[in-house]
Amino acid sequence: MKISFNVNGKQSSVDVPPDTPLLWVLRDTLGLTGTKFGCGKALCGACTVHLNGMAVRSCQTPIGSVSGQKVTTIEGLGGNHRVQKAWVALDVPQCGYCQPGQMMSAAALLAANKKPTDDDIDAFMSGNICRCGTYPRIRAAIKEAAKMA
Amino acid sequence: MENIIKNETRRDFLKVSGTVAGGLALGFYLPTGPRIAQAAAETNSPNAWIKIGTDNSVTVMCARSEMGQDVYTSMTMLVTEELEVDINKVKVEFAPPAEVYINALLGGQLTGGSTAVRDAWEKLRKAGASARMMLVAAAASEWGVDASQLKAANGMVTGPGGKKATYGQLAAKAATMEVPKDVPLKPSSQFKVVGNVKQKRLDTAAKVNGTAQFGIDTRVPGMLYAAVAMAPMIGGKVASYDDARAKALPGVKAVVQYSRGVAVVADSYWQAKRGKDLLLIQWDAGPNADNDQKKIWEGLRNASQQPGAVFREQGDVAAGMGQAVKTVEATYQLPFLSHSPMEPQNTTADVRADKAVIITPTQFQQLIPHVVAGATGLKPEQVEVHTTFLGGGFGRRVEVDYAIDAAEISKAVGAPVKMVWSREDDMTHDSYRPAGLYTLTAGLDSGGKPVAMRFHSTSPSISARLFPSIVKDGIDPFAVEGIDNYPYATPNLKFTYQMHDTGVTPGYWRAVSHNLNAVALECFIDEMAQAAGKDPIQYRIDMLDMGSTKHQWSGLSAGVPVGARMKRVLEEVRAKSGWGKKLGAGKGMGVAVMEGYNTVIAMVAEVTVSSSYDVTVDKVTAVVDAGTLIHPDQALAQMQSTINFGQSACMWGEITIKNGGVEQTNFDMYRVARINENPRTLDIHFIKSDSTPGGLGEPGTAVVQPAIGNAIFAACGKRCRTLPFTPENIGA
Repeated sequence: MKISFNVNGKQSSVDVPPDTPLLWVLRDTLGLTGTKFGCGKALCGACTVHLNGMAVRSCQTPIGSVSGQKVTTIEGLGGNHRVQKAWVALDVPQCGYCQPGQMMSAAALLAANKKPTDDDIDAFMSGNICRCGTYPRIRAAIKEAAKMA
Repeated sequence: MENIIKNETRRDFLKVSGTVAGGLALGFYLPTGPRIAQAAAETNSPNAWIKIGTDNSVTVMCARSEMGQDVYTSMTMLVTEELEVDINKVKVEFAPPAEVYINALLGGQLTGGSTAVRDAWEKLRKAGASARMMLVAAAASEWGVDASQLKAANGMVTGPGGKKATYGQLAAKAATMEVPKDVPLKPSSQFKVVGNVKQKRLDTAAKVNGTAQFGIDTRVPGMLYAAVAMAPMIGGKVASYDDARAKALPGVKAVVQYSRGVAVVADSYWQAKRGKDLLLIQWDAGPNADNDQKKIWEGLRNASQQPGAVFREQGDVAAGMGQAVKTVEATYQLPFLSHSPMEPQNTTADVRADKAVIITPTQFQQLIPHVVAGATGLKPEQVEVHTTFLGGGFGRRVEVDYAIDAAEISKAVGAPVKMVWSREDDMTHDSYRPAGLYTLTAGLDSGGKPVAMRFHSTSPSISARLFPSIVKDGIDPFAVEGIDNYPYATPNLKFTYQMHDTGVTPGYWRAVSHNLNAVALECFIDEMAQAAGKDPIQYRIDMLDMGSTKHQWSGLSAGVPVGARMKRVLEEVRAKSGWGKKLGAGKGMGVAVMEGYNTVIAMVAEVTVSSSYDVTVDKVTAVVDAGTLIHPDQALAQMQSTINFGQSACMWGEITIKNGGVEQTNFDMYRVARINENPRTLDIHFIKSDSTPGGLGEPGTAVVQPAIGNAIFAACGKRCRTLPFTPENIGA
């Protein structure tokens, strides 16, 4: 069954079983490998993308539910998004694997909350695990990005 | 150990010209010496650290695996410091396995032991300087002037009368010049790149825009995807299986049995995964079928009754205990831990009749040609290895198991295959930080100082499994770190290690046995200070060993006591942390100090403990003496990283065994620190130093744990000797 949706501003059509997670459609079918697989159970946030502007875990989002919707991945953030600029300015990534998911969460947080406090950041970002411990820089980069608005 | 780690081999340059379109390629060759892996991978590599093309391109080969610890940038900084080129114009490539890239501190092309920069410190600066000298010599010869009249800067050689030439213009000629024998290096006062606080990571852009290629991102033409089913019991095997339902799924191309499981191969990962879930497998549980955590602790307790192998002894410990006016004794119990890097294990393998290509996130590329050859019947020289970025490593990717699996599966289906493990596969088929029991006994004199110290550990040996040749007389050098270099002056001491196999695969885990021995020791020192009625920081300072006796087993450490450095970091952490200040109810501060990898760290943790023993780490203050900092901002990042990793381990980390297998399967059952649990304040200070660099990727993990444990005691009066520091264990 063909499923059509918008990815990063472009219309895409895929022919996969509708229960296939969006994550694997992005990575394997569309070749958008910036979105990462971490746990497969929405426990780690590595697969975070935007669905109509909201942060979702793509490993738990069946492609069938995405039909006709708008998806943004790290590739679609554009490279010059203020979150990405702040991430570069503070050299946030270490291994870097969780960072696309971290940045997609951070971008969604800032879209909803112009000036997040530490508690706001904790509440919104606690679904994204970083094993390298880049948390102090993530926190600082979100505040830095907030200033760029 | 001494000769493996402190391998004083003759160092030679090996010039290889003509490998980059007529340019200069320069390697720094280390003749073979004793090594961990007897693997001499002969590939068609150019054997070069630096390549300068006639098109002015400068390529630095990164021969260590980039797993977050910043080798990609810091090693490149060492080359460019002497090469005199703009680091931002340098291309960095991951090196293939080759003799020239062997890490002299480990004896293999292996990333671990916090050795990458320490091994490269002189080697890569000399490589950069040699290339520069050859380029200058080429210009001198071309222009008929003496080399001393020429200057190399910013990728260009300039001379009298406005003569100038780019490195690219000189590269072909430079390749014909004599390799310099005497290569003077800049004094630290002239460093422009090393120590630059503004230097940015060279891999950040790719990691921020989503283009960084991790192993799991590999795509090659005609590639299929494999999901695997492995025995839930450690060491179990497939007895029989029914794949009818899996094979009926659209997209599934093949179901194959391989050494340790069954692989479903499909045209997408998700179809492969669905197929895997439909397999019906009967497992042969193997020798560990009945293993469980209770039995493991019983086994360790029984084994701990053995005398163990003596790895450090001085004086007469029994006589010393006899003189003591007070005796303190405690046993610490430390659990198995999982590495759980964010990128689950994976490998893309393309095994053909005459060649194999392996693309993998590995810490040990040198071993892969040999193990893949063993698994496929090819020769090691027919195996090509490409290292990607690693989505975390922490020691897990020193293991090459997943590369072997992928090679077997590719060979079986006759196509390139990307095998991807699920998180559950990864967590239940890890190699685990060994569990262990640590019994310490101290005899104190009337002033509270130790006259005798007894240390006895019982735990599995990692090296007995992976590198048995380095285990001698019952002592695994990687089981006695952080205690062989016991830093306190004690006239009578006896330290023993009892090896005990638990049936659970033990693995090198960030900072390895420092995380066992130093955790137990530094918690115990706090108990001694308490018994002596002394301040924990002053107590440590007063009994530091200021001598110079060599430590026999700590090959990756300073090798001698570092009393003066320890005193300094303890004094500074006391000042910086506000040690002794009045804290609110339920709050406390704890200290710990350690030398590991020639880096000396003191930390003070500040915690809040609730009435139900829930712990919050509010702040960690660290003072670090790591010698010269190559990339100061990333030295800081490694301290932030190790504090987080150690915090996760000591507060929640615990792998347990039931019915022969690992019980924890994902991050809901194996809890790791999240942003809201990371201390709000990390106050990290580095001692200014121009000494030889120490390692930074690991030691902090072992220091933060006892600092937290001691802070918990200060906050609530409970000594938690069973880790992790959960409410149950604290309250018990």
